[in-house]
Amino acid sequence: MQTTINKKVYNIPDELKDVRLTDYLREYLDLTGVKNACEMRACGACAILVNDKSMRICHATVKDVENCDVLTIEGMENEDGTLHPLQQAFVDYGAVQCGFCTPGMVLTAHALLLSNNSPTREQIRKALQSNLCRCTGYQQIVDAIEAASVYYK
Amino acid sequence: MNKENPKSWRNDAYAKVTGRAKYTDDIKFPFMLHAVPVYTDSVHAIIKSIDTSAAEKAEGVVKVITHKDIKGALTFGQIIKDYQIFAKDKIFFNGDVVAMIVADTRFNAIKAIPLVNVDVEELTPILDTEVAMDPKTPFIHEEHGSNIINEHCVRRGNVEEGFKQCDIILDEVFHTQFIEHSYMEPEVAICNPRYDGVMEVYGSMQHPFSTRRFVSSTLGCALSEVEVIGTPMGGGFGGKDDTAAIVCARTALAAAITGKPVKCSYTREWSVRESYKRHPYKVYYKMGLTKDGIIKAVKCKIIADGGAYCSVTPWVTWRSTVQCCGPYTVKNVHCDTYGVYTNNVFTGAMRGFGSPQMNFVIESLIEMAARKCNLSVIEIRRRNMVRQGSTTITGQKLDNHKVAMEETLDTVLKEFLFEDKLKKCSYGKTDEDELYGVGLAMSYRGMSLGAEGVDFNSAIINVQPDGSILLETGIHENGQGSESALCMILARELGVTLERIRYRRPSTSTIPDGGTTVASRGTVLGGGAVVKAVENLKYKISEFISKKYNCEIDAVSIKDGVVHFGNDKKTFDEVIKEMFGSREYPHVLGIYRPPVVSWNEHNGQGDAYFSWTYGCQAIEISINKKTGKLKLLNAIAAHDCGKAANVEMTIGQFYGGIAMGIGYGIFEEVKFKDGKIINDNFNSYRLPRATDMPEMKAILIENPDPNSPSGAKGIGEPVNELMAPALANAIYNATGNRYFRLPIKVKLGEEEIICRRP
Repeated sequence: MQTTINKKVYNIPDELKDVRLTDYLREYLDLTGVKNACEMRACGACAILVNDKSMRICHATVKDVENCDVLTIEGMENEDGTLHPLQQAFVDYGAVQCGFCTPGMVLTAHALLLSNNSPTREQIRKALQSNLCRCTGYQQIVDAIEAASVYYK
Repeated sequence: MNKENPKSWRNDAYAKVTGRAKYTDDIKFPFMLHAVPVYTDSVHAIIKSIDTSAAEKAEGVVKVITHKDIKGALTFGQIIKDYQIFAKDKIFFNGDVVAMIVADTRFNAIKAIPLVNVDVEELTPILDTEVAMDPKTPFIHEEHGSNIINEHCVRRGNVEEGFKQCDIILDEVFHTQFIEHSYMEPEVAICNPRYDGVMEVYGSMQHPFSTRRFVSSTLGCALSEVEVIGTPMGGGFGGKDDTAAIVCARTALAAAITGKPVKCSYTREWSVRESYKRHPYKVYYKMGLTKDGIIKAVKCKIIADGGAYCSVTPWVTWRSTVQCCGPYTVKNVHCDTYGVYTNNVFTGAMRGFGSPQMNFVIESLIEMAARKCNLSVIEIRRRNMVRQGSTTITGQKLDNHKVAMEETLDTVLKEFLFEDKLKKCSYGKTDEDELYGVGLAMSYRGMSLGAEGVDFNSAIINVQPDGSILLETGIHENGQGSESALCMILARELGVTLERIRYRRPSTSTIPDGGTTVASRGTVLGGGAVVKAVENLKYKISEFISKKYNCEIDAVSIKDGVVHFGNDKKTFDEVIKEMFGSREYPHVLGIYRPPVVSWNEHNGQGDAYFSWTYGCQAIEISINKKTGKLKLLNAIAAHDCGKAANVEMTIGQFYGGIAMGIGYGIFEEVKFKDGKIINDNFNSYRLPRATDMPEMKAILIENPDPNSPSGAKGIGEPVNELMAPALANAIYNATGNRYFRLPIKVKLGEEEIICRRP
C-alpha cells in the first residue's frame, strides 16, 4: 500500500498494514511527535492530520491511512526550517508548558484553521474539546490559535 | 500581548512545537529490552507463592524479576521505608507490583503478564480511615505498630474558654476525594548500564535526587554509581516523585541483571493504578465566633487517607495543620491531624500539598459564618484576616515581608467588580431559568518546604572562554519552565543578554543534591541560588579586574554586557578572555540557604515557613434550571508573586492552577470498587477540557520578597488551592445550597447538574 506522510510518498509492505499507526510512525519512522498518553481516543496526544482533518490515531492501524495525505508535527515547519506561523504563535503566546499535548494541539488547531480561518473563541474551544492539557488551562492555547488565524486568510 | 512583542520565552519551546523534544519514551538504545509490571487482583492479601516459570519460557522473554532478585533493600521510602519495590509477603494495595517481565519487545513482555501465577490468601481490605484508626483493627504494616502513620497538632490559647465567648458556633464535617495528577506523560524509564559501571537513568520524574536514592537502595550501590539525567518531562504536579522513582528503580534492576539497556513505559491504566493520589480528607471542624464576626476559637480534627504507604503523608498533613485556620488569625486553636494507613491506593505530594482540602473547609465555613453574623462575605474576612505584623496560629509574627492578603482581596473585588456581581446572585430564589452566582476564596501559604524538610539549593555558572554561559541548578524542569525562568534571572542579575546563556542538561552527578522540585520552590530556591552564584561571579570578575588594573573592587560593575571599572570599560567577552589567559576560571557555585524555620511538634508552635504568599480567586457561574447546565462564565486570580521571573509563564501557572482547581471542585474523583480503581483512564476520569473552562484573568501582584534573593515567591501551588472553595461559594450564591463534599455534585430537585458550555 501507499501513503503520503509529510509530503513524502511511502510504499508500505503488506505485512505492516495491521501495525498500530502510532507504532508505525514512532517506531518505524521515528516520528515521535505522535504521543501515547491514553490509547483510548480520549486525550488527543496522538492527533495527526489525515487529509486535512484532525484524527486521533491510537486505535488506528496503518491500513486506515492507505492513499491518504498524512501530516505529523514533524511536517509542520516551513521548508526552510522556520516555524509555521501557528507554531510560532504557540511559542509567542506562552501556549507551551510540558509540551506533551502540544503536537496534537497544534495539528488539531491547524485542521480547524484550514476549514475556518476566523473562528470564534467558542469554536476554537470546541475544536480542542478532544485534546487534553493539564498544564495550561487552555487559555494561552486559545489565544495563540486566535492570533494565528490571520495567517490562514 | 501582540506578535511583535512576545513576552514569552522558553528554552524548549521550539523543540516542543516541532516534535523535536525527545521525551523518555521517544529515546531508543541499541539492544534495548522492554520491561512491564505484573500486578495481582488483590487489594490486601498474603502472598503464598509467585510462580514465574511459565512466563520465563514465553516468546521473547529474557527474564522475570521478583523480590528475590533485589540485591539492595527490598523496601524504600522518603520518610518511612515501607514501600516494597517488589511485593514479597503481602499485597498492601491493588497497585502493588509482584514481578517485572523483561522481553525483547514490549509486545512480548505484555503477552507474558498472564503467565505469572501468584497464589494468595485474601485478607479483608481496610478501606476507611476511621475503621483503620479503631484500636480493634489489625495493623496494615505490623512493623509500624499502628495504622496511624503520623500525628500533628496545634495548641494555641484555650479553646474551651474561647468557645465560651462565642455567640455563634458552626460544627460541620467535610469530605474531599482522591484525585489523579493526570500528567499527560505516563511514567517511563530507561536504564542503561554504562561502560564505567555507572547506571545511567533517563526517566519522567520530578525528583532526580530522590530517584537516585531509590535506584541506589534497590541496586545496593553507592549514589555515585547512579547518574540520573534530565529528560524533557510531560508534567508532574507533585505526582512524579515516589512512583516515578520506583519505576526507575525496578528498571535499573532489570538493566543491572540483564546487562542491557531496559525501557519500561507505562500505560495510562498502570499509571493510574499504581501511582499515588491527592489525599482524601475527612475534616471535623468547629468554629466559634462573636456576633460581630470575630473567630474566637477553632477545634478541628483532620484525618488524611495515606493509603497503603507513607510516602510524604507526614509532610502533606503538616502543611494542613499549620494552615488549618486559613488566612485568619485565631487566638484559641486546638487541631489534631492524623495520616492513616489503609489498603487504598497510596497518597502523596500533589500541587497544593494539603492546602486545597483545608481551604475548601475554611473558605466555605467563613461564608456560612458571615450569613449567621449578618455580615458581608468580604467584611467578615477583613475582620479576621492576617495583616502586617499579625501573629499566625502557630505563633509566627508576619513581619519579614509584605503581608498582601488584603491587597489581593481588594484587587479581585475591584478588577472583577465582585460586589456588583454579588448583588445579582440568585440564592435559588428566582423565576428566571438561569441561576447566577459568584464566589471567591482567599488564602495565605507558607513558602517552600518550611519546617518539613532541609531546604537549600545551589547553582553553577560556568562562563566559557568566548563569554557564553552555562547555567545549572539543583532544580528540575518538569514542564513548568524552570530552566527558562532561571536563565532569565541570571541574565537580569548579571546584566547580560539571554542569548548567551544555555541551561546545561541536568545530571545528578554534576550538581549537589538540591532536594525535590516541589512546594513551589523552584523559582525561589533555584533563583536564590542563581543570584548567589551571580554575586560570586561578579566578585570573582571584580577581584580579577582590581588586581590587574589596580582599582578598587567596588569600582567594578557589569551592565549590558560591559564591565565598567573606574573610568575604563571592557566588554564582558574581553574580560572573560583575559581571565582564561591569566589562569582564572570564571566558574562559580552559588548556594542559597533560606532563613531558618522552627517547629515544636508537641504544641504545634513555631516559625513554620520563612515567608508567606497571598492570593485571592473568584469565579462566576450560571446554572440553567431547565437544561441542568452549569456554565463557568469568568474567573480571576490575583496572587502576590514577589517578582515574576517570566511573566507569560507565570500567567500560564495561574491559568493551569485555576483549571486544576476547577477539576478538583466539580469534576474529578478517582472511584473505587472494593479498593480497586475503576476509572483508570481519561475516558472515565473527568478532566477539565477546553470547552469547560471559563475565560480567565490573571493579575500578578509584585511585592519582591526580602527573604528571596531573586524577589520571587512560589506561585505554582497557591494558584491551585482556591478554585474549589470559590466554586462552592458561587454555587451556594446561585442555588442557596451548601455542599460539604468534593467534587461538588449540584442537585436541583432530583436532577444532578452537569457542567457544560453551550
